[in-house]
Amino acid sequence: MSTESLRIVWIYPDLLSTYGDRGNALILARRARQRGMPVEVLEVRSDQRLPATADIYLVGGGEDGPQALGAQRLIADGGLHRAVAQGSVVFGVCAGYQLLGTSFFAKGVQCRGLELLDLQSDRGPSRAVGELAGEIDPRLGLPALTGFENHGGRTHLGPEVAPLARVSAGVGNDGSTEGAWRGKLLGTYSHGPALARNPALADLLLRWATGAHQLPPLDDTWSDRLRNERRAAVAAARA
Amino acid sequence: MPLRAKVASSVSRTAAALSRAAGRGDGSVIGGWIGLKIDPDLLAHLSAGRAIALVSGTNGKTTTTRLAAAAVGVLGRVATNSFGANMPTGHTSALAKAGSTPYAVLEVDEHYLAQVLEATEPHVVALLNLSRDQLDRAKEVAMMAQLWRAALVRHTDVRVVANADDPMVVWAATPPADPARGINPPHVTWFSAGQRWHDDSWVCPECGSTIQRSGDQWWCTGCPLRRPEPQWVVEDEGVLDPTGAWHKVSLQLPGKVNLGNAATALAVAAEFGVRPVDAVSRLGIVTSVAGRYAQVDKDGRNIRLLLAKNPASWLEAFDMADEAPTLLSINARDPDGLDTSWLFDVDFAPLRGRQVLITGDRAYDLAVRLDVNDVPFQHVRTFDDAIRSVPPGRLEVIANYTAFQDIRAELDRVN
Repeated sequence: MSTESLRIVWIYPDLLSTYGDRGNALILARRARQRGMPVEVLEVRSDQRLPATADIYLVGGGEDGPQALGAQRLIADGGLHRAVAQGSVVFGVCAGYQLLGTSFFAKGVQCRGLELLDLQSDRGPSRAVGELAGEIDPRLGLPALTGFENHGGRTHLGPEVAPLARVSAGVGNDGSTEGAWRGKLLGTYSHGPALARNPALADLLLRWATGAHQLPPLDDTWSDRLRNERRAAVAAARA
Repeated sequence: MPLRAKVASSVSRTAAALSRAAGRGDGSVIGGWIGLKIDPDLLAHLSAGRAIALVSGTNGKTTTTRLAAAAVGVLGRVATNSFGANMPTGHTSALAKAGSTPYAVLEVDEHYLAQVLEATEPHVVALLNLSRDQLDRAKEVAMMAQLWRAALVRHTDVRVVANADDPMVVWAATPPADPARGINPPHVTWFSAGQRWHDDSWVCPECGSTIQRSGDQWWCTGCPLRRPEPQWVVEDEGVLDPTGAWHKVSLQLPGKVNLGNAATALAVAAEFGVRPVDAVSRLGIVTSVAGRYAQVDKDGRNIRLLLAKNPASWLEAFDMADEAPTLLSINARDPDGLDTSWLFDVDFAPLRGRQVLITGDRAYDLAVRLDVNDVPFQHVRTFDDAIRSVPPGRLEVIANYTAFQDIRAELDRVN
């Protein structure tokens, strides 16, 4: 960690917070505090400079216009690139995931991404809306991913990133893989408060940020019930 | 009315009555649906000869419609879709059922505003607010504002009553003039109803710059868009009219948000020539609207129903609710939107210190949210379990759309 408290930056809530994205910052902060870690959450708006010394950066979902504007401002700012070079953790969701790649489509034009992940996104034949589920890359040692997706993009992964998960329900990147990760950078189409349904993923980000190999377990009764209920709902929809 | 329209109108009324008699619903959609099958122009035919007001926005449209209908009622009979059936089928049904009336006040789903403007050629349209709502199928907020703006450009003779506190509404209500094509912006009367929710209007819809706020004021840092001076303003327990006269408003509906709805209703009625001094007492007649704010006594509990469909309306519901045991019920069926992510846009902290119960199809989503929010709660399976779990006295019920309808059905479809 950079200082004595864990610093979480929520990037551009004025642009990239379409639906419940705040949840990821709240969940990370709470799970860290429950382990006795002091936490500082910074909401950095798009007219402010991005600090380059935080531990975890969150990039949320957004409409086409704000997504393109957000990418432009992040490229001009340069703070996120410096932070990544220093080993910070980045978690991108939906539009925030796409803009970490080399290019994406917004309002019908190809836009330059931040080139932090080796992937590019274009438009799919139809909008992907609904439950998203899949087995996560075994190297990450996490239980299955569960979420809700709502996007019109398709994402093509390059050789320098690994898929986050193999899709068992929904579309994700392209109907077969979902999300991507490399080093301490991770992105997903599981939109909004993705960590609410995936507390183990929240803990992975915290472990990456703190260097801890293990974190004390927490009471995840309600998340577990929610995960089971959603898994049953996906199975019932398929039957 | 053409013969086809007469037949369609009559069949529509019969179908609605049958639906109600069969206990299948309010009959406020099915009648219009059948009528429009027989005569696709039925809504236009039924609108002809009436002076019409449309009320649209993300939140408050059902209540504002009811209040505006009460206010316009000073002048004569008013047709209205008071059950919240706010798409063209509902409008058709309401007008057919009402028969010939000089006036109509219609609530319009924001996605259908362009279509209903076209069909009804209203005298006035009220634009309340735009915020995030059911994003898995609804248009995003900026897109919605753009659609409204494009619709108003085609109807520049309509009188607009619009919310000065919502940057998206202000932008939608003020399309640029185009003298070359004979287009002048519509006449707008501004009201200020206060706005608790700001998270969908930090970015200027005109130029993409940041919107700044200070007190009641807001302005774009990159272009001339800013809050217009409102002519109708909520002040204390009343409303200031454009002449500067203050009218005390005594409502049976709770919360500051309903004072804002009352101000809007008075502004709409004024466009028909109704003086606020004549209309204001009629607003107090409205007790509950399609079950919203209804109070029911059951097993020694005084149950009050509050509908909250999206983050902005949850903030308003917390403002209205008493410090009393509170049941929250969440579903995610089609009419609610399938996505529960918005729960994290709501800060439930105002409920700390109250007894909180949760239920509904998606109670677990809510459980995780409340847990993160440090709000203790108890999960109950049924509405009856909830009633048994609280002491005699007030029980506040806050629910989203279908959850609200489920509970309303348990209380014999209370209005």
